[in-house]
Amino acid sequence: MNLLVGTIQLSIKSLWLHPLRSLLTVLGIFIGVASVIWLLAISKGIGDEAVRQVESLGADTIMIRTVKPPSEKMSSTGLTPYGLMRDEFDMLVETVPTIKSALPIREMRRQFQFKDRKLDGRLVGCTPEYAEVTHLDLAAGHFITDTENSALDTHCVLAAKVAEKLFPYEDPLGQRIYLPENKNYYLVVGVLKPKGSTAAIGGSMAAQDFSYDVYIPIKTLQNRIGDTVMSIRPGSREGEVIELNQITLRVFDVANVKQTAELVKAALNAHDRMEDIAVVVPLELLEQVRTTQWMFWIFTVMIASISLLVGGIGIMNIMLATVTERTREIGIRRALGAKRFHIITQFLAETSVLSLAGGITGILFGLLCGPTVNLARLIANTFWTDQMKELPQVVQTLQPSIVPESIVGAFAVSIIVGLIFGIYPAIRAAKMSPIEALRHE
Amino acid sequence: MLEQKQDARNFACRVVDLKKEYVLKSETVRALRGVSFDVPEGDYVAIMGPSGSGKSTLLNMLGCLDQPTSGSLWLGGDDVATMNDNQLATIRSQRIGFVFQSYNLIQQLTVVENIQVPLFYQGRSLTREQNKRTYELAKMVGLGQRLDHRPTQLSGGQQQRVAIARSLVNNPYFILADEPTGNLDSRTSEEILQLFERLNVEGKTIILVTHEDEVSKRAKRVVRLKDGRLQWDKTNTQEIRDAAAQYAIDNMPVEA
Repeated sequence: MNLLVGTIQLSIKSLWLHPLRSLLTVLGIFIGVASVIWLLAISKGIGDEAVRQVESLGADTIMIRTVKPPSEKMSSTGLTPYGLMRDEFDMLVETVPTIKSALPIREMRRQFQFKDRKLDGRLVGCTPEYAEVTHLDLAAGHFITDTENSALDTHCVLAAKVAEKLFPYEDPLGQRIYLPENKNYYLVVGVLKPKGSTAAIGGSMAAQDFSYDVYIPIKTLQNRIGDTVMSIRPGSREGEVIELNQITLRVFDVANVKQTAELVKAALNAHDRMEDIAVVVPLELLEQVRTTQWMFWIFTVMIASISLLVGGIGIMNIMLATVTERTREIGIRRALGAKRFHIITQFLAETSVLSLAGGITGILFGLLCGPTVNLARLIANTFWTDQMKELPQVVQTLQPSIVPESIVGAFAVSIIVGLIFGIYPAIRAAKMSPIEALRHE
Repeated sequence: MLEQKQDARNFACRVVDLKKEYVLKSETVRALRGVSFDVPEGDYVAIMGPSGSGKSTLLNMLGCLDQPTSGSLWLGGDDVATMNDNQLATIRSQRIGFVFQSYNLIQQLTVVENIQVPLFYQGRSLTREQNKRTYELAKMVGLGQRLDHRPTQLSGGQQQRVAIARSLVNNPYFILADEPTGNLDSRTSEEILQLFERLNVEGKTIILVTHEDEVSKRAKRVVRLKDGRLQWDKTNTQEIRDAAAQYAIDNMPVEA
């Protein structure tokens, strides 16, 4: 015990003889350990966000989306109908046995108005299951019901941002919003809680944003607005004829998702002549995201290992220099009764102190990853507001998530590096003959 | 054998027909060609000899830093000639007190810590007596006020006195001093030699290696080596020793 404590005290004293040299050596390990933790935390932060977005689509769902076909497949005159059809919806529900529930969706860009307040958003025609499938939570009122759907009620449910913008002062429930393009009024029966965006699906790169949605029963939409939608904006005139924008299928068992997806693709094969639909399986997306994440992790660990290796070589370099420089001291100690074992222990203790100091400070700095990233973003937002807005969303929302294993791993590796790179100089020190060492100037 | 062992305790060490050969490339250097002498407890022996006489080799043997090619070296009841590296280290930490020409203190340690180094390698925790003894030794060599100083903050003479305190801390069979005054001016040398004399009077055994006649005359006995053999082994009379001490004091340079 005395020997252990004494050896550690001694190594600190010896390292203190050259504070700058020791500090620089520690820095090598420090950077290695901190970079392991930082890189893993950041990549996990990015990966987690991607996984969350995909997961919020639901692992047990399959989505079939209408995609605008390439222009050469559209007839040049008039409006060509394309995309999913209600018949296909019925066909899928009847023929694919593993489907638990099916959800038809029709959506379009629309302007909403209350009094003189106007807002551009997305009008979504759907069935009651929509709320459950896309994980929508109600803040007030109720979501669209089957009765409302069958009765073609002109009821609507507002997403959080829509409610906030159109009804800054009033309670939206019981009010009527106006759709100027269709000259319709809809009674607000429910308001949703704010919701994060989900992964991009169906060819669009942007994440799906649910903040500016207004939900109405799909039958009401079909009845009042129809399949043909003309958007007339200053300078442009666009039209589309679509029956359904999306069908979301839920499968009984996650294990059957891939099979069901194949079945659905086969069932719709006849349809896809115009390349106007896409089948999206969130489970597959999730697997892709996970694979990407793994690759990123391996990459990260490789980079970090290299920096730890460099740190280790730094330690070895310094310890070899130290051993040569302190040959005399080794001789004195040997003459005064130190065994080879004592000399090895002494130098290993020194490298361990160096690598431990690097490891511990590296971990502490690694733990500051989250606050540091937030602070950096805050500073960047304050001074370069405009440039920051142009950066991808990931940069703006990234929350590094520290991987506990990375702390344990980095710590263990820093000690192992210290021992591995310390053992050779220590053995070299211990192998010296005491007589030669004493004679050394 | 048993008789020899019992016998040996009255000797600090016994050198019996000690030989050492080095092989340098194809050439064999016979540094010691059979040296025998005894050092009784309480003796004060000066080992002399020109360079190449085997003086340093003998010193390394006596210090248990090297193994002889043949012969025996009895320290107490043990023949250290047959011991391995680890056993020799244990013997060094328990039975030998080294004093070197260039003091050889450890730079990063304080005076007290330097004195305690041999105890550290005995592997046990310091007892209260050992701690007390450290301070007494420091006081005895006149460094009671500088316990927390580092070697760099001390003069050569002070460093050598720390080294002497260190050599005593493990209560060794003998102090092995290698040219202890070689790096010191005459005044400081005299202080150190007087300290050795005092220790010897108190009963410590001292083996001192030197090439200076003036220093060797201060010992009780002189062993002279030449060409790896014992040239002569003679006892200094009290008169010779006193005269040498007086000569040293008389020839001290006048202090400005």
